[in-house]
This record gives sequence, C-alpha cells and structure tokens, in this order.
Amino acid sequence: MEADTMRAVAPIEIAQAREAPLSAARREAVFETRGLSVSYGKALAVANVDLSIYRNLVTAIIGPSGCGKSTFLRSLNRMNDLIPSAKVDGEVLYHGQNIYGDGVDPVEVRRRIGMVFQKPNPFPKSIYDNVAWGLRVLGMKDDLDGRVERALTQAALWDEVKDRLKKSAFGLSGGQQQRLCLARAIAVEPDVVLLDEPASALDPIATSKIEDLMHELKNEYTLVIVTHNMQQAARVADRTAFFTLERTESGGHGVLVEYDETPKIFTQPGDQRTEGYVTGRFG
Amino acid sequence: MAVDVAHFSLTPSPRTRRRKLVNLLMQALATIAALAAVTVLAVVIISVAQRGASALSWDFFTKTAATFGQSGGGVANALVGSLVIVALATVMAVPVGILVALYVSEFAPPRVADLVRLVLDVLNGLPSIIIGIFVFGLLVIGSGQAAWKGSFALAIIMLPLVARATQEVLALVPSSLREGALALGASRWRTVLGVVLPTSVGGILTGTVLAVARAAGETAPLLFTTSIAANTVTWDPRQPVLSIPYDIFVLSESADPADHARAWALGLVLISFVLVTSLTARLLLVRHRKRLEG
Amino acid sequence: MSGRVNAVTSTPALPSRRRVGDRFGDVFLHVLTGAAAAAAVTLLIAIGWKIFDIAHPAISKYGLTFITRQGWDAIHNRFGALDLIWGTAVTSFLALLIAAPLSIAIGLYLSELAPRGARTVIASLVELLAAIPSVVLGLWGILVLGPFVGKDLGPWLHRYLGFIPLFDGTPQNAGILVAVLVLTIMIVPITSSICRELFLGVPTELEEGALALGATRWEMVRGVILPYTRTGVGAAVILGFGRAVGEAIAVTQVIGAGYGIHWSLFATGDTLASKLAEQYDSATTKIQTASLVYLAAILLVISLLVNLAAQLIVRRFAHQRTGGS
Repeated sequence: MEADTMRAVAPIEIAQAREAPLSAARREAVFETRGLSVSYGKALAVANVDLSIYRNLVTAIIGPSGCGKSTFLRSLNRMNDLIPSAKVDGEVLYHGQNIYGDGVDPVEVRRRIGMVFQKPNPFPKSIYDNVAWGLRVLGMKDDLDGRVERALTQAALWDEVKDRLKKSAFGLSGGQQQRLCLARAIAVEPDVVLLDEPASALDPIATSKIEDLMHELKNEYTLVIVTHNMQQAARVADRTAFFTLERTESGGHGVLVEYDETPKIFTQPGDQRTEGYVTGRFG
Repeated sequence: MAVDVAHFSLTPSPRTRRRKLVNLLMQALATIAALAAVTVLAVVIISVAQRGASALSWDFFTKTAATFGQSGGGVANALVGSLVIVALATVMAVPVGILVALYVSEFAPPRVADLVRLVLDVLNGLPSIIIGIFVFGLLVIGSGQAAWKGSFALAIIMLPLVARATQEVLALVPSSLREGALALGASRWRTVLGVVLPTSVGGILTGTVLAVARAAGETAPLLFTTSIAANTVTWDPRQPVLSIPYDIFVLSESADPADHARAWALGLVLISFVLVTSLTARLLLVRHRKRLEG
Repeated sequence: MSGRVNAVTSTPALPSRRRVGDRFGDVFLHVLTGAAAAAAVTLLIAIGWKIFDIAHPAISKYGLTFITRQGWDAIHNRFGALDLIWGTAVTSFLALLIAAPLSIAIGLYLSELAPRGARTVIASLVELLAAIPSVVLGLWGILVLGPFVGKDLGPWLHRYLGFIPLFDGTPQNAGILVAVLVLTIMIVPITSSICRELFLGVPTELEEGALALGATRWEMVRGVILPYTRTGVGAAVILGFGRAVGEAIAVTQVIGAGYGIHWSLFATGDTLASKLAEQYDSATTKIQTASLVYLAAILLVISLLVNLAAQLIVRRFAHQRTGGS
C-alpha cells in the first residue's frame, strides 16, 4: 500500500468492524434490478445495473461522486418520478413485482420503501407531529402516542425529546433532526429504508450514533445506504456495491462494477477499478 | 421461503384508492379555478374587442366629441389629453424614482433604507382616489384644474413602481463590478453614473414601461385634477384636459348607447395600449435578466 | 484616499484637483439622492396631513360620531359615514371570501399542477388580468356583468337561495353583488401571483420528505406547503383586501349609488371609495366637501392599517426564513 494514501483502508480496520457482516445465503432478495438504466433527458446517468438487495442486511453503495449512486437509490422508491426529465429503463423487482409496472401506484411503493435524505428535512411542525403526520395520513392512527414513542425509541431519540415533544423540530441539532427523520420514516412501518448519505451533513459524534442505529435497525428493516465515506461502508455494511463513472464522448454515466460481501470488496476486490478506489489511488 | 405477497402488494389498497380520489378532486378544483381566471380574462377582452371594434374609425381618432344630438365625432381630445398627462407624469416620476432607488441601494444606512422601502411600499398601496384628493387639496383648490396637476397625481402613483424596479435591478449589479471600478480609482459618483446605472438601464426601462401602463389606466386621480375640460384638442398642460380613462368613465355612466359604443372603443384602445406595454416590459425583463446573469 | 504616503512616484498635481471634484461629486450625488428619498417620505406624511386638514371642519363638527351616523343628506347638511363603512366592509369581505380560496387554488395550480410548458404562459395570463384598467373592468361590469346578474344570476340565486336574507329582494343590474364580483376579479390576480411565488419557494427537500413517506400530492400540499407558507399567504390576502377597500372607480360604476344598510346583496349601496368618486363634482358647500374628505380620511386610515399590517407580516416572515427558524 502506498504510504501517501490517506484513504487507504488497511486490512486491519476491516477485521475490527463492529460485528461480522451477515451473509446473504438463503436470504430473500427484497430488490432485484434487471438492466436498470436511468437517464435525465438525453443524458444517461446510470446504465444497466443488475443488483439484488437482501433482506435484513445493510447494503452500501459506494463510488466517486457523479457516478449515479443517488440516482440508483432514488429509482428504488420511484423518487426519480418527481424529476420531469427522468426516464427509467429496465426493471426493479420488489418481492418479484416490477415497481415500474402497470397498475403499480408510486404512493404504495413509497409507503413500503422509506427514505432518509442527505440534509435533514424535518417538517415545520412539532417533534411529535413530525412523526405522527405520516401515521395520520396513512391511517395508522390507533395508539398514535405509542407508535410515535416506539419510532423515536428505535431511532435512539426518545430520551432526548420525550419532554419536549410539542416543541418545534427546528430546535433540534442537526444530528437529532436526522434521527427524527429516521423515526418519521420507520414510524410508518416500511419494509425497506433507503438512506442517501445520511451522515454527510453531520459531525462525527452524530455520525457514529446513526451508524450504531443501523446495526439495530437491520433486524427489523432492510437498509440500503449510499455513502461517499468508504470507512463508513466498511463499518456498517454487510454487502457493498461499488459504482464508477464510465466515460464516453458525451460525458459519462455510472455503472456497477462489483458487488460482494463488504470484507471482500475492501480486502480482495475482484476488479481493478474497485481496488483503485478502495486503496485510494483515485478520488 | 413463504413470501406474503399481499403484504407487499404494490397495487392500491382501498384506503389508498380513496386518498387518490381526494387527490384527484383537489387537482380538479385547482384546475377549474385557473380555468375560471383565464376564462374571465378572455370574456372581458373579447367583449371589449367585439364591441369596441365596431366604433373605431378614422373620425374616431381625429375628431372631438360631436355636439349634443349629432352623431359621429370622436375622441381626439381624450387621446391627446392622455398623451400629455402621462408623458408629463413620466418626466416627473422617473428621475425622482431613480434617485430614490439610488439612495436606498448605494448610500443609505440599512435602517434608513428599510424605512424608505417601507414608505414606498405604503405609497404603492394607497388608494389612487386618496392621491387625487391630496393633489386636489394641495394644488387645485383656489387655482383650478390643469393637466400638469393630473400628471403630478399620476407621478405619485408611478414613483414607487419606478423606484422599486430600479432598486431590484441595482441589486442585481454584482458588487464585483462596483469594487472593480472603485479599485481603479474612480470616485463613488463616477462609479454609480458610469458603471452601475448603465448596467441597470434595461431594468429601469422595464420599470418605467410598467409604470406608464399603470398610469395610463388610472381614472380616480384625474377626477379631481383634470376632468372639467373643453371639447377641444389642446396640448397645453396648464389647461385641464380630457383623458382616455376619464372619458370612458363618463361615457360608461351615460344612458346613450352611442356613448357606450364610444366607451367600448376607447376601452379597446386603452386595453391594447396596456397589453402591448405590459408584454414589452415582460420581454425587456427577460432579455435584461439574461444579459445580467448570462 | 489616505494611501498618499507613497504618492511620491505618482503624478503630483493632477490627482488633488481631480479629488476635490470627485469629492464634490460624491457629496452632491449623496445629497441629491437623499433629498429625493426625503421627498418621498415627506410626500407620504403630506398626504396624511393634507387629507386631515381639508376634513378638519367636518371632524371638528361631527367628531367620531361621524363614523356611527347614517345618511348622506346634502340638502340639510347632515352627513354620516356608517352606510359607507358598511358598504366597504361588506363588499371587501365578501370579495375576499371568494377570492382567497380561488387565489390559493390558482397559486397551487401554477406551482404544482400545470404542465411545465404551460406554466409561465398561464401565469402571465392571470397577471394580465391585473393589468386591465379598473375603469374598463367597470365598463364591462355595467354593460355585461350587470345585466347578467340582473337577468340571469340574480333571479337564479333568488329562486333557490332566496330564503337567505342575502339573496332576498329584487335582482337588479347594479348593486352590491355586482360590485363584489368585480372586486373579486381585481383581487384574484394579485393574490394568486403572490401565492404562486410563495408555493414555489417551499424547499424541495421538504416536499420530497413528505412524498417519500407515501403521501399523495394533495396530502403533501396540505401537510407541508400550506403550513409552511401560512404567514405569507395571510399577508397576500390582506394586500388583496387593501386593494378591494381602496377601489373607487369600478365599484362606483357598478354599485348603483344607493343608501342605507341592507342585508340583500341585490341592493344598491356605496363604499367609502365609491362615494368619493361619485361626488367628485357635486360638493358645493364647505361642510359637504369637508365631510367628503372626512370619508377619505377614514379610508386612508383603514388603508394604511391594512397595508402596514401586510408589509410588517411580510418583513417578519422574511426574517424568519433567513434567520433559520
């Protein structure tokens, strides 16, 4: 390993990951993408991705900036529909059903597949109402207080806010707001939670709290996280997918290079490009 | 592994279907509202165009009103009168408006700038009839009506519009431009007059055009300041003159259908003028913005 | 200017002359623009002062009872503002009642629903409605809308809703109802443009957060957009109200110059502003003129209060947003 690579991931660090990553063997594939390509207008953003996400695992998507990681993530819950020029080709099978098929309602898709965004985006409401809003809208109004408390507890936020539930969510710190967004997402009992660089706007302590949470949450949910921080992926993910930018005359688009159990990606990557990235030889 | 397909179903549940129905209903209501607004616009413009077009003629534009009882005649005096009044108002309002905007944007301390901006916004919101009564009390009582007094009232209405538009465009001038000029050793006043203002001309023009469009259509301020006029075409601002909006006002309240026809025709002229100037202003704005931000 | 220490190498004589000229120019411009700004502020104060000055004879004669007295009797010189205040209140509030939800709906349509290509076009069309001069709208009101209300809408309302006192009475071609409709047409473009800008200003991430939970677009509007823009929409509505209160010409053309306080929308009436426009050439005695201008003074106070309220709300709202609530 080059001495100057600050981003080099030493094998020792992997071995000291919080716990041994779980295997995908005999697990159900919650998602299976087949030839998934996303373009914005004429520009291709992500090309031909075949990837399976397995139940109750944390799957990380890593890669250099601009390689379509977020675009890929957002196509899993049809958030790309909100961008008028976005076009999706290929299939995204959710428990065997193509979420882009006829008769599929994006509203139902998003109810089952929640999302936490890069920048914490709590509603301009009280802490309680932030969590309760989704529950009310979706008709899960029985034992509202109990559901809110459960969600906030699962997000490791309950103790910090239980005495100020009616205060505005904007009074919380960045890290707390992000955990509130997480609580809000899991309150509606999704199947999957997608996290788009959830800690990139947070300080290290808040980041580590979020990472700890993921270890707990994966028992109940399936998690997919996009991160530009390799060490984070190494710490939290059971499986890691490496995307890179493939250059063409018209610019470039993202492609999936390699997808495997996290230790393997970081210590014995099969593809040269993966090795180049994880050892920090390119940005 | 048994997968509970129903649990993960992606087709809408009955509850979701109901929610989507509500969603659709709301979308329909919003669309109807927008449609209603556009329809009213169309109805008004078509009414004016249809009824006004038939009364247009060469006489209409060149003759003054016919004497009582006779048919024919035109509105030449109102056309000329409006031209005089609005032109004079523009001359009064634009320089002052630019100066006020310059003060707020280049010289005023923040608190003072806020105050002046508030004053301008309040002036803008004053009912125009109050401004007419003000000018009446200030200038007309004791000395009689005159076109320029009407212009003064219109200028008060135009002032906030010109000042605000100028302010907005001055704010768009990048500070790097100002700093560059000052760094070269140019003085403040040279920077403002030689660099900042010329860059803002487009926006100032747009603001002026919009203010003119607004002033041309105002009736209330003219009621008290220039309404009792002789039935001749006069270019003298010291005389009270007839104006297009005031003429429409008077004709609309008459019982004579011939008067109504003339009112529609005048309305057509006025609307056409206002629409053309508004569109021009919009195009100017787009072009100017492109140039500044491009 | 204080960097002259190293001016040994620069040309000596010229700069000092130029600098005096520049200094003078700077001061002159500063004073000139400051004077213009001072003039604007003075103007506003002068307007208030002058109006109350002309109204003074009536103010000293009637005092505040003017506001509670009915009737406008020029023959016996007995004047009161109550009828007109009532007319102003009824027409403006009713117009607001119709215009506010319409404007919010249109604002939502233009910011969320309209097909992208058509958005600016339709928005421009709605704004064009605001550009129609009030006298032309009044002309249309007298000759087109009035007869429609008198012959079609009025009788229809009277037939089906005549049990409500609002729709009691005989429908005519002029009156409060026509005035309310005309005022609505005037308020909607202004208020809906402001609403549209407010709705467009809601951060996308807030909208996405709601949609990602599985909410429908309308639920997102109701739960995020409307609460977020609540204050601004309120200010927009108040501004619209101010516009309605101050409109003289179009209202006087269609309201029929009636007297008294009636419940029926079909009755004729007058507002503070329309009375002023109606009597502009008929005030003969000094007390009549003073009473008329007293009306203007009341209108001015109402208009200033409404306007200031809206402006202050807007400014507080802007602070809240940038200050990071």
